[in-house]
Amino acid sequence: MTTDQMKTVSLRGRLPRPIWKPWPVAAGLIALVVAMPILVVLASLATPHLEVWRHLWQTQLPALIGNTLALVLGVGISVAVVGTALAWLVAMYRFPGRRVCEWLLILPLAVPAYVIGFVFLAIFDYAGPVQSWLRHVFGAPLWSPNIASYGGVVLVMTCVFYPYVYMLARAAFLEQSGTTLEAARALGAGRFVVFWRVALPLARPSIAAGVSLALMETLADFGTVAIFNYPTFTVAIYRVWFGLFDRTAATQLASLLLFFTLTLYLVERSWRGRVCFYQTSENGRPATPIQLTGWKAWGACGVTCLVVGVAFLLPVAQLSIWTLTTLGATDYDSRYPQFMFNTLLVAMLAACVTLGTAVVVAYGLRLGRSRVVGFCSRVASMGYALPGSVIAVGVLVPLAFVDRVLASWLHATWGVTEGLLLTGSFVGLIFAYLTRFLAVSLQTVEASLVKVTPSMDMAGRSLGAGPWRVLRRVHFPLMRGGVCTAVILVFVEVMKEMPATLLLRPFGYETLAVRVWQLTSEAFWEAAALPALTIVAGGMLPVLVLLHSSTRHR
Amino acid sequence: MPHPQECFNLLRIRRLSAVLVLLLVLSLSLAGVGIAEEVVVYSARIEKLIKPMFDAFTAETGIEVKYFTANEAELFERLKAEGPNTPADVFMTVDAGNLWLAEHAGLLQGFASSTITANIPSHLRARDNLWVGLAVRARPIMYSTERVQPSDLSTYEALADPKWQGRLCFRTSRKVYTQSLVATMIKTFGEQRTEEIVRGWMANEPRIFNSDSKILEAIAAGQCDVTMANTYYLARLKADNPDFPVAVFWPNQQDRGVHVNISGAGITKHAKHREQAIKLLEFLSSSKAQNLYADGNYEYPANPAVEPASLIAAWGSFKADKVDVAAAGEFQVAAVKLMDRAGYQ
Repeated sequence: MTTDQMKTVSLRGRLPRPIWKPWPVAAGLIALVVAMPILVVLASLATPHLEVWRHLWQTQLPALIGNTLALVLGVGISVAVVGTALAWLVAMYRFPGRRVCEWLLILPLAVPAYVIGFVFLAIFDYAGPVQSWLRHVFGAPLWSPNIASYGGVVLVMTCVFYPYVYMLARAAFLEQSGTTLEAARALGAGRFVVFWRVALPLARPSIAAGVSLALMETLADFGTVAIFNYPTFTVAIYRVWFGLFDRTAATQLASLLLFFTLTLYLVERSWRGRVCFYQTSENGRPATPIQLTGWKAWGACGVTCLVVGVAFLLPVAQLSIWTLTTLGATDYDSRYPQFMFNTLLVAMLAACVTLGTAVVVAYGLRLGRSRVVGFCSRVASMGYALPGSVIAVGVLVPLAFVDRVLASWLHATWGVTEGLLLTGSFVGLIFAYLTRFLAVSLQTVEASLVKVTPSMDMAGRSLGAGPWRVLRRVHFPLMRGGVCTAVILVFVEVMKEMPATLLLRPFGYETLAVRVWQLTSEAFWEAAALPALTIVAGGMLPVLVLLHSSTRHR
Repeated sequence: MPHPQECFNLLRIRRLSAVLVLLLVLSLSLAGVGIAEEVVVYSARIEKLIKPMFDAFTAETGIEVKYFTANEAELFERLKAEGPNTPADVFMTVDAGNLWLAEHAGLLQGFASSTITANIPSHLRARDNLWVGLAVRARPIMYSTERVQPSDLSTYEALADPKWQGRLCFRTSRKVYTQSLVATMIKTFGEQRTEEIVRGWMANEPRIFNSDSKILEAIAAGQCDVTMANTYYLARLKADNPDFPVAVFWPNQQDRGVHVNISGAGITKHAKHREQAIKLLEFLSSSKAQNLYADGNYEYPANPAVEPASLIAAWGSFKADKVDVAAAGEFQVAAVKLMDRAGYQ
């Protein structure tokens, strides 16, 4: 048994030859449709606005690119370290408070980055309570830390994005068979060596998936860097779009983000090489957790509590205080339940549509291994690195065209004067979410699919089951954790998403994120606490469901 | 957690798709049906600031106002993409720069109304009545009452004086308020002189903020001493705390006057309810709505017959820059590029 499993670790497996074509074809077509907004963005490169580029290059662009690279590096390293370390700690050790912290650690995911941003700024800036108090006690210092700086942005982004790495790495560590790790121990490896040489490499696809999600979010972010006034590449995009009124040039700049993402992806791919990560069985006995004692136990407890405290409890506490202090002049009115319902509905729809798409594409890739499908799916999942409003325009332009064609046809044929069939309805909005968040679903689904050894497919198929049946009866049960994670991640993302929602929501359809925008755009920060807190509460629901099911099925 | 197979069985998928279709139909019927007595507004002003006026309008005329709020650039994209199919009748935004842009993108249509001509002075309207200013905001200098003598202040240009080294806090140049301020300076001084001034400001190494309110709080806390900010931000803080240690200084009173801008509205090119839209704009320019504007957000009324709120009236009257507000739009691109060159983020 032990040697068997050691073998599977390094197995260079081969999938069955493609026999059944429709899956890859469907996957390719779907990926192409999802990629359409991104292709619209890329198409802007056909008419380069050289004058704007020259101006940008001579003025701010080099600094902005430098800032962006520094941010990607800083956030990448810190989410990888924080996420992986916490996941390992929680998965492999027992210490006081572990059971509570295990799920509390996921919750920062439910807090939108821009919300943590304005909360941290309010608390830690020069005029905020912390520095004011310090000045009051110790007198005016010669130097005061500036939260609106590189360090501040990295801190905020780490707080919001580390849960991607944490969730995926934790799942990976828990799925690792204890026998594999014990074999390594038996062969004389120390605990650290087991982690570094066995557990970490096995978990690498998951960790890489988590880090790349965090980095794509970082690249696409505008809200947080705007609040902290840390100019990155997205700032240039918005400056050209809103300041120079040149949407084409702005879209061209956005397409650079795509090339950047592609580079990240290729780098990760080349590191990963041709190694495969199959494990034969999901039900291998999990590793026996180690009970920590003494200072180690309290240290572990302290570290996890610190992260939870800074990334979740602190912002939530501040939002609660604001909500309570603005109770008299609150934003609340009788439409709030409707806002909440709207938000949950659109998030659920988007999560299901995205999951369906991700499963078809991932499975099509597995069956077909076609380069074309692979390329389409890569392009389709690059939307995560684009700012929401850029995607929204990428959706709006082609859909408005279709709308116009449809409208004239309807008018000619039926005499109906209905103009906005797609852009005025949920279609546009869900389409934008799909393009923006497919990467989240696809990464998660692929990360679980890649661990299912091809011999399962072969066995199922040789017993006479078709691909659909194999998917349903073999893969789905094995990927259950990944599928639930994918649904929840997209759900939470959509709840938090602001720019695309703002532009594409159907007329009269207000969500909580739109509410937050309404108030923060006019600097009513305290009043924005109520809708922000409601988003956090709404985002916590599915996270708790996920946790409940994952602890029961452990 | 139900068994995974149940989770994905066909029944659920079918039920889900039924719901989807239902929702699609619903949203279509919501978007499309045209009732005679309504007017649809695309607004970059947020609900909190426009709803009181709309409610008053509906109470008076019985015309229902539907509105859709988003950032101005996003509203542009939506209006442009929707083309003749747009449901929007009125486009409402802040800053003359944005109105000028909408005008030049061909999104607006002219309208004639003697009521509006009588209510709003001509320098706050577009030449061909494509848009009309409905409220005025001034962007004067503001200073710490604890560390600055008003006699040290004179003009916007004088903030380039080295004595303000390290004492300034500025709003980011991404914000249209800053862009319009610099754009009107270009109109007055020309590009070269304006660039010298902006470079002078930057030489004093101002701290750049993302919000006027944050700047005022920073001045109160002692992080910096002087800024330029829109009056209503200070008014809000003063309303909460009359002792807030920041005051207004009206600059350039000997020459061009204080930089002012407007929030305003126009009628979209493809408006389906043109008459109702004109009625709405007429109402918004009337004393009744102008009073709501003045008291709701401490802006200066565009209608000269209406008094500003007592809180801001107490800051005294001032000479406003009479430069055509449309210059804000005309020179905005030049202003942004100029600030890029001068290193103003």
